[in-house]
Amino acid sequence: MKGALSFLTPRSTIALLVCCVALLIAPFIVDRYTLSIILLALLGTYLGQAWNILMGYCGLLSLGHALYLGLGAYASAILFVNYGVGPWLSVFVAMALAVGAAALLGWLGFRFRIEGVYFSLLTIAFAEIVRIGFDNWPFVGGAAGFFLPVNASLSHQWWNLRGGPLFFYYLALLMAAVSLVIAAVLRSSKLGYAFLAIREDPQAARALGVDINRTRFLALFISAAMTAVGGVYLAFWTNNLFPAQILETSKSIEIILAPIIGGLGTLMGPFVGAFLLVPLGSALTDGLRAIGLSAPGVKALVYGLILMAIIAATPNGIWPWLARKLGLEAREP
Amino acid sequence: MTALLEVVDVVKRFRGLTAVDSVSLSVEDGEIFAIIGPNGAGKTTLFNLIAGVYAPDEGEIRYAGARIDGQEPEQICAAGIARTFQIVKPFPDLSVRDNVAIGAMLRAPDMTAARAQGDEILRKLDLFDKSAQKAGSLTLPDRKRLEVARALATKPRIILLDEVMAGLRPTETDRMVGVLREINRHEKLTIVMIEHVMRAVMALADRVHVLHHGASIAEGAPQEVTKDARVIESYLGMKATH
Repeated sequence: MKGALSFLTPRSTIALLVCCVALLIAPFIVDRYTLSIILLALLGTYLGQAWNILMGYCGLLSLGHALYLGLGAYASAILFVNYGVGPWLSVFVAMALAVGAAALLGWLGFRFRIEGVYFSLLTIAFAEIVRIGFDNWPFVGGAAGFFLPVNASLSHQWWNLRGGPLFFYYLALLMAAVSLVIAAVLRSSKLGYAFLAIREDPQAARALGVDINRTRFLALFISAAMTAVGGVYLAFWTNNLFPAQILETSKSIEIILAPIIGGLGTLMGPFVGAFLLVPLGSALTDGLRAIGLSAPGVKALVYGLILMAIIAATPNGIWPWLARKLGLEAREP
Repeated sequence: MTALLEVVDVVKRFRGLTAVDSVSLSVEDGEIFAIIGPNGAGKTTLFNLIAGVYAPDEGEIRYAGARIDGQEPEQICAAGIARTFQIVKPFPDLSVRDNVAIGAMLRAPDMTAARAQGDEILRKLDLFDKSAQKAGSLTLPDRKRLEVARALATKPRIILLDEVMAGLRPTETDRMVGVLREINRHEKLTIVMIEHVMRAVMALADRVHVLHHGASIAEGAPQEVTKDARVIESYLGMKATH
């Protein structure tokens, strides 16, 4: 644990503390709408960290993370509504399900040496199969969706993840913080270095004694389990689940944009990316409406152009560039 | 002395082409053993067979008395046989220090220990000044050195060196020769090297094994082997005509 924080310089420690304090007191300063945007950014940070462990560290491009998100969300929602099992228990079922799906995916991918983009296609295929399955499965509500009861008598059962916006805000903050700690601990551990070695050159990694199959499975399991926890949060926060939303490929893309824009394989990349993209998205919606441009597709077009501009300006992500500008570069351990 | 590494009648074919044709050799504990031969003689394929990249079609490979043919590269490395790649494979986006630490973490309890062990090896190979640089930014001679450093960091009993002198200047070659000899003597490391730079072979090797078209054509002390008519014809002679 101590080693995990060794990258922090005094300057970056202060920056991190300032961010923490700002996020902790934000609910008392900003309005509800802004708070909901910060909450989404925190959730984006969390999911981005989970995905970044797999791609940014281990070099496995998953384009189907919606699968783990959806499995986690549906598992906890169904257990809660149909069987009265609370989320603190069902979260383990959610993680187990996601790890099970990841194990099947990994077995196919690693056993048969499906590398690179072909592995990515496999991740899309898995997510799509489950999405189509859920769309047509009456038990989970099919395309019409699955709903959690929203009633006032339950609204203060925080132990059942029933609570107000403030409760969900702090829970998202906690999850984002924990995901950062997990990533930092991994990054400084032998396992994390094995991830990096595989990302850089699998053949050289093997020649140095790294068991690449085992290591890739672990990266996949950690990433899938973390994403499933995000799914549990989403289920209880939104109270409604539709395969066409939570299991859709566009959801997978949404998850991966923040870490890519923020900086692949960096600790702060998912955070920086999410806190840029989420506000940008809602600012665009508001802005375009204000100037009367509400034709469908206009927002996506402008959003896409801005993403292209950011990637062209900082090809390695915003964080490496920002860290240099602010003097917050990591210290050699 | 006893044989630490034994290759017995090993054959490897690639779609009808016999890359390694019934090669046998035996490397003794603590020895420096060179494998020479013209390009395409099957030297690197032989290394890949020993290192577990390929399984031989026929024959056996034994290390410290136990069969290792057919094992995976990571198992071979864990058993104590490290290798370098002829076409170097650094982890380009990681620092030189992290590159070597990844080698050391195989036997180190944690990354702090791995880094400390790695730093020691970097000093030995004159790379310590460059430890913060990204491996991808190194010059070719430095990458060759990094390749050796990373393999040494796994604390092997045998190191397979695939043309680590290629591209080095004579003074750099001598320096590398010095380092390898010192490690061989003080740490009792057995070295098997594929090498074209005869200056290094003559200075280092206890015995030389010559491959040609996948088959063994000679083996012996460097001075004897370089006088062998078939070796001169197939390899040294051919080189002189260039």
